[in-house]
Amino acid sequence: MELILEQILNGLTLGGVYSLVALGLTLVYGIMHVPNFAHGAFYMVGAFAAFFLMSNWGLNYWVAMAGAGVVVAAIAVISERLVFHPLRHHEGLHHMIAAIGILLFLEASAQAMFGADFRRMQTPYAGIISMGGVTLPSQRLLIIVAAFALMLGLHLFLRKTTTGATIIAMAQNRDGAALVGIDANRVAMMTFAISGVLAAVAATLYAPINLVYPAMGNLVITKAFVIIVLGGMGSVPGAILGGLIIGFAESFGAFYISTDYKDIIAFVLLVVVLSLRPQGLFTTGAR
Amino acid sequence: MKLIDGKIGWLLLLALAIAFPFFAAGNDYYLTVMATAYVFAIATIGLNLITGYTGQFNLAHSGFMAVGAYTVGILTVDYGWSFWPAFALSGFVAAFIGLFVGLVSLRLKGHFFSIFTMCVGYIMYLLIEKWEGLTHGTVGIMGIPAPTGFAGIDFEAPRSQYYLVLFFLALSVWAMHRIVNSLLGRTFMAIRNGDDLAEALGINLMRNKVLAFMLSVFYAGLAGGLYAGFVRFLGPGIASVEHTFDMTMYMLVGGIGTLLGPLLGSIGVPWLTQYLQFLQDYRFVVFGPLLIILVIFVPHGVVGSYLAWRARNASRLASEAAAKQAKTQTPAGGVIGHGQQKGSSHA
Repeated sequence: MELILEQILNGLTLGGVYSLVALGLTLVYGIMHVPNFAHGAFYMVGAFAAFFLMSNWGLNYWVAMAGAGVVVAAIAVISERLVFHPLRHHEGLHHMIAAIGILLFLEASAQAMFGADFRRMQTPYAGIISMGGVTLPSQRLLIIVAAFALMLGLHLFLRKTTTGATIIAMAQNRDGAALVGIDANRVAMMTFAISGVLAAVAATLYAPINLVYPAMGNLVITKAFVIIVLGGMGSVPGAILGGLIIGFAESFGAFYISTDYKDIIAFVLLVVVLSLRPQGLFTTGAR
Repeated sequence: MKLIDGKIGWLLLLALAIAFPFFAAGNDYYLTVMATAYVFAIATIGLNLITGYTGQFNLAHSGFMAVGAYTVGILTVDYGWSFWPAFALSGFVAAFIGLFVGLVSLRLKGHFFSIFTMCVGYIMYLLIEKWEGLTHGTVGIMGIPAPTGFAGIDFEAPRSQYYLVLFFLALSVWAMHRIVNSLLGRTFMAIRNGDDLAEALGINLMRNKVLAFMLSVFYAGLAGGLYAGFVRFLGPGIASVEHTFDMTMYMLVGGIGTLLGPLLGSIGVPWLTQYLQFLQDYRFVVFGPLLIILVIFVPHGVVGSYLAWRARNASRLASEAAAKQAKTQTPAGGVIGHGQQKGSSHA
């Protein structure tokens, strides 16, 4: 029983992190129709920024997380302005290749600055909590709480504020949004900034129980893509639900099948689902 | 200006390639760089068939290259086959796996297909890394025999290796030329230009897309098999998505959807990176932005831009000629038609 409970908590941890990354990806896809392959690099830069701020400037964990959010949001907005904006009338292939260009640039920059070594991020929450026979590292609990708090915050922002409403309006109907006077450029930049913050926070939350290195974003971003295909490209609830599905599949798969193959589980799940339902689990039709 | 895409141009290129070892006399390093570029050129030409001609952006290509390479590696080292029969199988094994991947993934459109194939690429990479019983895991496969005993030539020396790879590259280019200029090739391009329209014309989308995919990964498998016999050591790295990114870059720099473009790109870009060696760790710091600049400002690559320029030129010349003819009151002949045909011909 305890073991199962532990797997559930593991699933929530992984799912929370994946959902945050997938949310940024799905927002950008919803607004711009760009599958942003550079999003994994945003995630990696977030981890490095937080790591640097903590180790070199001695900043507090939460301040470093906020700093990383600002850094990655800035990079995301610059990418939108310099790369995706000029490409908005090009065909889909070119977006993807340009995104790969950003990915190569950020990854190589990180490697040139910090080397290819694996680093460990310190956390002020290194303790272990035990509740009713279940032991849980506090960082994992923190991830679960923070991730879901952030998702709730994003939900409220999108639903309750005018700015959020403009984002949703543009995701639903670009031309309609332009007709009622929504500034497409502003919304695009904001969406990229939000996606950058989400990636940076997810990275800073997850890094202490993982490692920090230049290629760390690659596997996470690939899983995030699996999640948004499962959940429906551009759908916010789909990204959260998809993240949880993959998180649980991985934590239970690692436990009951094999740790070696846990990273394949998400992909196999996608292959199976798409073989049966080419339009994804929750979508009504592919765009 | 038929030089670049006419028969003469191709023969000139081939002659240059054959003469290359004499220019690089005594420098085996250059021969190795060139031969490696040729191996990747074969795979890139294959990638161009599905991505450039059929319009489906495949991100699992290096995975299929790895399938071909490991076919050769496993059969020769673990089962004692000699190189040639293993090599002969490499393309077919890749195409066979491509059949199943294609049947599932090609039902998806646009971005979905790319994302799906990216996942397939990761599955292949992780399988190679983890399935130690079959692939030797991260240790890799060592001691792959060099292709030997063929017409008494030993392909261990860099120069004979170079010619071996060149032979297969020339064969690949010739075969691809036949494919894209056939009815099948036109069908693929029709699908790229608009699959709804192609379907309305009675083209079986699924069958043709799967066929294009299989042919494309057949090239990747063959390139991988050749790579195994050439480098003679294999690790999971060959399957890494970065190789697919590299090939995409070659294709784009040269000119996507042309025959000559990917070939020039996959030879030119590695040479450029050779000269950028002094950048070391900063290589991709320069290359990433270069790729972006290229996509924004030269989206059709070197060859594609040249063709577009020539087409514009040809139509301008044709209209001038027509104007002149109209002035001198001579009846207009097939001049305009000829000019346009020249402009739209394939490189």
